[in-house]
Amino acid sequence: MLERRVSPSPVLAILSPVIAVALTIIAGFALFAALGKDPVKAMEIYFLSPFADAYNRSELLVKAIPLALIGSGLAICFRAGVFNIGAPGQYTLGAIFAGGVALHAPEGAAMIWLLPLTLAAGFVGGMLWGWIPAFLRVVSGANVILVSLMLTYVAALLLDWLVRGPWTDPQGRGFPKSALFPDGALMPVLLPGTRLHWGLALAVVAALALAWMLSRTRRGFGIRAMGLAPKAAAFAGFSEAKTITYVMLVSGGLAGLAGAVEVTSTIQQLQPDIAAGYGFAAIIVAFLGRLNPIGALIAALALAVTYIGGENAQILLKLPKNAAFVFQGMLLFFLLACDTLIHYRLRLRRVAGG
Amino acid sequence: MEAFLVSMIVAATPLLFAATGELVAERSGVLNLGVEGMMLLGAVAAFAVALSTGSSTLGIVAGAAAGAGAAALFALVALGFTANQAATGLALAIFGTGVSGLIGQGYVGNAIDPLAPLLAAESLPDHPALRIILGRDAMVYLALALAIAVWFYLTRTRSGLKLRAIGDDADSAHSVGLKVLPSRFAAVLFGGACAGLAGAYLSLAYTPLWGENMTAGRGWIALALVVFAGWGPIRVIFGAYLFAAASLSQFYGNALGLSIPSQFLAMTPYLATILALVVISAAGARYNAPAMLGLPFRPTR
Repeated sequence: MLERRVSPSPVLAILSPVIAVALTIIAGFALFAALGKDPVKAMEIYFLSPFADAYNRSELLVKAIPLALIGSGLAICFRAGVFNIGAPGQYTLGAIFAGGVALHAPEGAAMIWLLPLTLAAGFVGGMLWGWIPAFLRVVSGANVILVSLMLTYVAALLLDWLVRGPWTDPQGRGFPKSALFPDGALMPVLLPGTRLHWGLALAVVAALALAWMLSRTRRGFGIRAMGLAPKAAAFAGFSEAKTITYVMLVSGGLAGLAGAVEVTSTIQQLQPDIAAGYGFAAIIVAFLGRLNPIGALIAALALAVTYIGGENAQILLKLPKNAAFVFQGMLLFFLLACDTLIHYRLRLRRVAGG
Repeated sequence: MEAFLVSMIVAATPLLFAATGELVAERSGVLNLGVEGMMLLGAVAAFAVALSTGSSTLGIVAGAAAGAGAAALFALVALGFTANQAATGLALAIFGTGVSGLIGQGYVGNAIDPLAPLLAAESLPDHPALRIILGRDAMVYLALALAIAVWFYLTRTRSGLKLRAIGDDADSAHSVGLKVLPSRFAAVLFGGACAGLAGAYLSLAYTPLWGENMTAGRGWIALALVVFAGWGPIRVIFGAYLFAAASLSQFYGNALGLSIPSQFLAMTPYLATILALVVISAAGARYNAPAMLGLPFRPTR
């Protein structure tokens, strides 16, 4: 039986992610052994190869950038008790808006403003897609989880239509891709010889700004209050409608920015598959990072390991592309179960009289 | 037109299975977003068993069992550990996608005979419409029967009434002695078994082979369908056929004389679901929306 603790365990609150990661590795070992794949070799490639050399380490950071941007925004959202699971759609809208600016910029002329404008458009696109569920929730009480999820598929279909229809590359021989973005719209590389780009700075700045907002401003206090005790927060004068709208705009905007950063850095054009599951993985990032924007930065690196490990396993072990999702799913399962133990303790028997 | 109607019936069947199961879980107050993962596990298990035993019946049973097993994992974390249901459901969707890919790797490229029609072609009447309706495989009718049985259960039996009470107000239900957690556990397992059947239908009948991610988002459409149908099992039947028709319009759109890009037609189920959700939410308790959907329950005494 689970018995409520008098106060949450601070030790477990910090240890829970560590325990969850350890359990994931152990369970992954057992699963690969059960499926007749060499577990030692598999674990080595999934968890150690991403750190093996400078190139892998730089790729780790490249993958962590979108995860951190989305995850730190979601941390704020979840703190307020608003469950935005539409980050994949907000990411896609961000990429579409960014692509719209980059692809339609007038040719020629060195344009120092093109990249900032492209990224800002991405932020706005994500905000728009985050605002819709917030608005519908405020006016009708429609469930944010379900509306934001539905919008994810609408966004994916919109992108699909754009890259096959109006924005398809005339020289693309029928492939569903846009033209390559002009150089002025591309994210500059941070470390020559790698793909690591300045999006890293954006992710760090965003996480720091959100951490400051959450802990030092009245608005941040309102967000935390609404997550812990919605009625008390409303009584204290924090508007539920305003808080929901604010966190959805911020998390949607950051997911949109992540989409814009991704299409202006590693992909450099629009195509149907730009998301790579970042939107859902970022939910794990937010939880693993203890719903704290700074924590999300670190957690993004952990999730990036599953991506790089997965790519390496695909090449070296011929494992299917989706195999990396096994670890992401298990990690979230274990994390959620461990988090319960922060507030509850396990008792083998019911307490007398209880 | 005939080909379109046959495709519609075939495409509606997995949606109907998955949505009927999810509807029961949601009416008990549990939102399980892991339908896509449960469907994929059901699909790979059904295919593997059907291929190795040569029996599609055993395959169907294996699919249902795999779906229920995956749902048990969800129930353990979301109900046993009272974790956030939406997050746990996503974990299941992600996990199921990964594990099914791993298990299914050895089965890619194998093919089996698709499920045979329930009635032999020569025993069918000559009328073309009746031939379309009566010439399908057994799972098509099983899905319909299941949805009707769920309607009967929820609206005409004491047990169904209790399940709905638990979904609407678990604390009151608990205080009058209803077993909240065991009932929810059972409802979630039923939902998982149905999602497994939906997956089995895909890998045994729809495209009789296994491919990574072969559900292609149908689990998420099934989630939308439950909301679109306002949590009513009979409306789920109509919704499943409607959504199936919308999803097929990309292949038949030109033939039917539609000039709208297929992507916009494919969007309509999601947009219609959002609209339905707004209407239902604004209208409040006049619809079947379970009042405690997604909220955890922990007995206090």
